Amino acid sequence: MNLPQNNIPVYVANGNCVTPLGLNLLDNVQGILDGRTAIEQVKDENLQKEPFYGAVINKDWLEKAYSKLEYNGDFSTLEKMMLLALDDIVKTYSDHLDDKCGIIFSSTKGNIDALTQDNKEAYFLHYLAKKISKAIGIPSEPIVLSNACVSGIMAISVAKRLIQTGIYNHMIVVGGDLFSKFVFSGFQSFQAISSQPCKPYDKARDGITLGEAAASIFVTQNRDLISSESYYEVIGDSSINDANHISGPSRTGEGLFQSIRNAMQEAKVKSPEIDCISSHGTATNFNDEMEAQAFNRVALETIPVFSLKAIYGHTLGAAGLLETVISLNFADKNLIPPSLGYKDHGLTLPLNINNEIQKKEINTVLKTASGFGGSNTAVLFKKCKSDGK
Amino acid sequence: MENNIIHYCNIKNNEVFLDGKKLYSGQEGDQFLDFIKGVYKNFELNYPKFYKMDPLCKLAITASSILLDGIDQDIDPDMGLLLSNKSSCYDVDVKHQDSISQGEESYASPANFVYTLPNIALGEISIKYKLRSENSFFIFEGFNPEFLIDYANSMTKLRKSSSVLCGWIEVKENVYNAFMFLVKPEAGLAFTKENLLNLIE
Repeated sequence: MNLPQNNIPVYVANGNCVTPLGLNLLDNVQGILDGRTAIEQVKDENLQKEPFYGAVINKDWLEKAYSKLEYNGDFSTLEKMMLLALDDIVKTYSDHLDDKCGIIFSSTKGNIDALTQDNKEAYFLHYLAKKISKAIGIPSEPIVLSNACVSGIMAISVAKRLIQTGIYNHMIVVGGDLFSKFVFSGFQSFQAISSQPCKPYDKARDGITLGEAAASIFVTQNRDLISSESYYEVIGDSSINDANHISGPSRTGEGLFQSIRNAMQEAKVKSPEIDCISSHGTATNFNDEMEAQAFNRVALETIPVFSLKAIYGHTLGAAGLLETVISLNFADKNLIPPSLGYKDHGLTLPLNINNEIQKKEINTVLKTASGFGGSNTAVLFKKCKSDGK
Repeated sequence: MENNIIHYCNIKNNEVFLDGKKLYSGQEGDQFLDFIKGVYKNFELNYPKFYKMDPLCKLAITASSILLDGIDQDIDPDMGLLLSNKSSCYDVDVKHQDSISQGEESYASPANFVYTLPNIALGEISIKYKLRSENSFFIFEGFNPEFLIDYANSMTKLRKSSSVLCGWIEVKENVYNAFMFLVKPEAGLAFTKENLLNLIE
């Protein structure tokens, strides 16, 4: 297939996140540099009689941080997390939140707890999106992307495409999901919850650890608006379905392989030019093995790869966005984040799992994700320096 | 060349239409699950997985099958899927929530849980038609023709897909409306907001 020429360049900047490690990006990055993880033993008999591992935000801490924002109205826990994640972007770009600025929400289950509460309206994802858009003053109709575990990274790809075809000048991307009984009990029924903090790519891995988070990023074609020293161009993106199984990945990694290959072709990037891979790495047997197949098929087995799941747990619709925000911030510092939980190689093929923080000049970052429904997304980012304007 | 609407299918109010022509009417007073089973049998879809699906997937697989099987064109292997609705997968979410809200009797069923994501409908269509292609599921308050036009056009302009199967697939507690349409850069009905609003009526 012929690739289009002279696409409008699209940039991302001002990423932020709200997680159990910290309610802003700086605290999160410092937490990872200090070797911390958000995963703890949780005692909640409403979810499970025995204690389990999870990454859950301290709600008193959240309320305290939220009380410093000045929004009127009642907001749910998830909405408060999203508003906190958005605060910096809203303040930085307040002059540009016009009808050429779009907003995309990525979430799998949104306010899912509303199903057991009086206000059933809050269940609907557009309800949450409208409420937040109104609060922060975005006039355009909010777009909600609900595409399982690839939603967060796919939202950046959707924003890029809508900007490249002239629909918007800028887009705000915000993602979030909660640690809920709804999702926990479901993964338990699949026997997919790890009995230990999850161990992506390790021989002893035995499933996922769930987490909760919100994250945000600003996507724009106008790099003069960007104030930070480093920012990134979105140079390639693709989302190809496995067409194989609704709850398990393709054994050959076909959809992920094609997604990465397409993104590399669009970006005109060859395997050795990729400096690190922020992978999905859920620590289920099938997912991690599938990624090894796909990465080997595009000759990426020697490129440092890391999963942030052993730091944040699986944060569902937020995951791809949260992991992008963290990965790009580490790339600013020419550092590769650690893939915690990895000791003994537990894959049938080689991969260069980066289990300690590593110093390396980073210019090109590959982010991937895969999820239920056979979904896969790959996005390539290239570092830009403000002196290059 | 710009995208045009090549074919479309509607399933609503107990009836099925392909390109505006009525092909099937259900029994009066049918509930959604009885109606959609009647559609499945009438069109001889012969895809037993149908019976395991949640209401959203049943509606999506039925509408896409009637559309794709009923046209005399080959399906592009890179045809993208772009679906949207208001209520996500509400019915199966309620079923899963009920099953885990029974105190000591709580028992989550993996067979239900796997359907508690709206994009599973995309996975089901991709599997049935062996489509290793772009796909995404969006949620809006109501049918949003502007967005479907903008995003489907961006998918073909940026060469992510050579055609796009778009749709609004809404089902919640027996209220349903499916409108699926195929767009492609070849002769057809103009891919405009006005036309889409007319065709979903």
